[in-house]
Amino acid sequence: MLEIKNLHARAGGNEILRGIDLSVRAGEVHAIMGPNGSGKSTLAGVLAGRPSIEVIGGEVRFEGKDLLALAPEERAREGVFLAFQYPVEIPGVSNTYFLKSALNAARKHRGEEELDAMDFLKFVRAKMKLVEMDEKMMSRSINEGFSGGEKKRNEVLQMLVLEPRLAILDETDSGLDIDALKVVSKGVNALRGPDRSMLVITHYQRLLDYIVPDFVHVLAAGRIVRSGGKELALELEKKGYGWIEKEAGATLSAPARSQAS
Amino acid sequence: MSSAETLEQLTKREYEWGFVTDIEADQAPPGLDESIIRFISAKKSEPEWLLEFRLKAYRRWLEMPEPEWAVVKHPPIDYQKIVYYSAPKQKIAPESLDEVDPELLRTYEKLGIPLLEQKRLAGVAVDAVFDSVSVATTFKKELEKHGILFCSFSEAVHKYPELVREYLGSVVPYGDNKHACLNSAVFTDGSFVYVPKGVRCPMELSTYFRINAENTGQFERTLIVADEGGYVSYLEGCTAPKRDENQLHAAVVELVALGDAQIKYSTVQNWYPGDAEGRGGIYNFVTKRGKCLGARSKISWTQVETGSAITWKYPSCILQGDDSVGEFYSVALTANHQQADTGTKMIHIGKRTRSTIISKGISAGHGVNTYRGLVKILPGADGARNYSQCDSLLLGEKCAAHTFPYLEVKNPTATVEHEATTSKIGEDQLFYCQARGLSAEDAVSMIVNGFCKQVLRELPMEFAVEAQKLLGISLEGSVG
Repeated sequence: MLEIKNLHARAGGNEILRGIDLSVRAGEVHAIMGPNGSGKSTLAGVLAGRPSIEVIGGEVRFEGKDLLALAPEERAREGVFLAFQYPVEIPGVSNTYFLKSALNAARKHRGEEELDAMDFLKFVRAKMKLVEMDEKMMSRSINEGFSGGEKKRNEVLQMLVLEPRLAILDETDSGLDIDALKVVSKGVNALRGPDRSMLVITHYQRLLDYIVPDFVHVLAAGRIVRSGGKELALELEKKGYGWIEKEAGATLSAPARSQAS
Repeated sequence: MSSAETLEQLTKREYEWGFVTDIEADQAPPGLDESIIRFISAKKSEPEWLLEFRLKAYRRWLEMPEPEWAVVKHPPIDYQKIVYYSAPKQKIAPESLDEVDPELLRTYEKLGIPLLEQKRLAGVAVDAVFDSVSVATTFKKELEKHGILFCSFSEAVHKYPELVREYLGSVVPYGDNKHACLNSAVFTDGSFVYVPKGVRCPMELSTYFRINAENTGQFERTLIVADEGGYVSYLEGCTAPKRDENQLHAAVVELVALGDAQIKYSTVQNWYPGDAEGRGGIYNFVTKRGKCLGARSKISWTQVETGSAITWKYPSCILQGDDSVGEFYSVALTANHQQADTGTKMIHIGKRTRSTIISKGISAGHGVNTYRGLVKILPGADGARNYSQCDSLLLGEKCAAHTFPYLEVKNPTATVEHEATTSKIGEDQLFYCQARGLSAEDAVSMIVNGFCKQVLRELPMEFAVEAQKLLGISLEGSVG
C-alpha cells in the first residue's frame, strides 16, 4: 500500500527527515512514535503534500503510484487522508458544504455518481453517531469556535465520511481528555479493515491502548531508529525516549544543519 | 508550487462578457459643451426645466475640482474625448419587444438576460439600458396593475413629470460632487420606479446596464421612490466589452423612502476590469444615496463589486425620519491592477435611527482595496445606533487594503460600534481544503465566499448565485 524509501525532507531550512524507510501493507496499523522535533508531523505533512515541506531525496509509492508527483488534492482523491494535528478554521463555510464537496470530489475522481444533499445527509448522520457529534455542528463554519476536542472529532468524522485507503492521524490524541480519546478511538477503529491502512502518529503510548497497532516505529532525529510490535510502545512508556536515542547513537540527538541543496 | 504562487495564478482572470455588439449607433460627436447638452435634451424632447437643470449642473461642473481624496490613481480624464450620447439606431421608444432590434435582444440573451416573453426570468422585471438609452422594459403591464411605475428615466420625464421634478436632485443635489455634477448635466437614461402607498412590489425589479460603443461614457440616472408603506427590491447588473482605453461610467442613483416604506437595492457590478497589466477597464465613479424621509422607513444597500478598473462609490443613507434604518452590505474585490475606494455614509438625523455597515474587501494581485465610511450622528438623533464591521482579506503579497472609518458623533445618547479585521488566505486554509480533495481554485473560491457570506445572504436568491459564481470566476486562473 505505502512504500517509503530513503526519504529526505526539509522544512524551514532544516533537514528534518533524514532517510526514512517504511513499508505499510493493506490492513495494517502502524504507530509512529518519537520525541518532540523528531520529524513525526513532517512525515505526515510530506505524505499529504504540505507545500511548506520540501522533499530533497527518496521516493514514496502509494499503491504503486509516485505519491510525491501528485498535488495534495490528487493524493486526497486517491485515498490518502491526513487528520490534522491543528485543524484549520474557515469562517463562513459550513461543515456540511465542505464535507459534501470533499466527498463528491473523491467520488467524481473514482467515476462514481455525486451524492445529492439528501443522500449525503443520511450518510453523514450515521457517521456522526459513531463519534457522538451533535448535528448542529454540521451547519457551523468549519472548526470555527470549536473546542480542541470538537476539532479532533470533526477530523475523525471527515475521515469516516471520506473512507480513505490510507489514514494518517497526526497526534489526534493531543489535547483530548480520556472520554474524548475513547470516542475518537472508537471512530478510528470503526474504519479499520483489510483494505485500509493507518499511520497513527503520537507522542504518548496512551492512544495505543485504544487503537492497537500492528507495528510501532520510533522516530528520532529524522530516522526510524527502532521498529517492533505493540510491546515496543509499552517499553517506551516505561523508559522514555532517552534510552533509544542513546542506543541509536549520539549523532542523532544533535542533528546537523542541512547541507543539501 | 508555493501558496503565494498558486494565489498569484488564481487571481489572473478572464473576462467573459467582453464581446462587442455590431450595431449602428446614433452618436453625438465627442466632447462636451453647452451645445452637446442641448443636443441630448433635444434628442429626448425634454421639457425646458430639465434642460435648465442640466445647464446649471454643467456650469457648476466647469468650476468644480476633481475629488482627489480617494486612494486611487489614474491619469487625468480628458472629458473632450468622451462621446456623451450613443444610442443604437432603432425606433426611439419601441412599443413592444417585437420592435426591438434582434441584435440587441441577442446581446442581452448572451449576457444571460433574456428579454423575450417566453424566456424571461421568472419573477424579475428588467429594464435593459444599452449605452445611453433604455432599449426594453419587461413586465411593465403586469406592474401597472399594482400601480407600480417602472420605466426608463426618459419615459418617466414625459409620463410622470411631476414625480420626476419633485424628487430629481432631492437626494443628490446637482452640485454634490464633480462626478454627480457631470451626470446631472449629461445623463441620458436609467430607470425610474415609483411604488404607491401600501403596495408591496410582487417581483424583483432590475436594470441591466451594458456599455457597448467605443469612447462612450455611460451616465445613467436612477430614481426610486417608495411611497408610504411601499416595498420594492431592486437589482442592477452591468458589463462592458474589453477595450484598451478606459471608459467612464458616472451614474447617480437616488432613493426616497417615505413613512414605513422599504427599499432594498442590490448591485452586482461587473464592468470590464481591464487586462492583467492594468490596461483598459471602466472608471466606475458613482454617487448613490438614499433618503429615509419618513418615520420607520428603511433603505438597504447591498453591493458586490468585482469589476471596473477603478471603483469610486459610497452608497449612503440619510436617516431623516425617526426610527428609520439604513444598511450597507458590501463585497469589493480587486484583482490584477484594479482599485476600489468604496464605503458608505450613514447620516443620522432622526431619533432612534439605526444603521448597520458590513464591508468585506478582498484584494488580490496588485489590487488596492479601500473602505471609506462616515457615520455621522447629528445633535437631534437621540438614541441613534450604528454598528460597523470592516473586514479585509488579502490574497498574495502585492495587494493592499486600507480602512478609513470616520465617526462624527454629536449626540451623547448615541451608540456607535466599529470592528475591523485584516487577514490573509493562509497556506494552512488552502492546504486543509486541498488535503480534503478540493482543487486550489475551488478552495480559494470557497474561502472567499465564506468570507463574504454575511453580505451574500442579503442578496436576492437569483443574484446571490450569480455573485458567488462571479467571485469564483474573478479569482479563477490556471493552477500549475
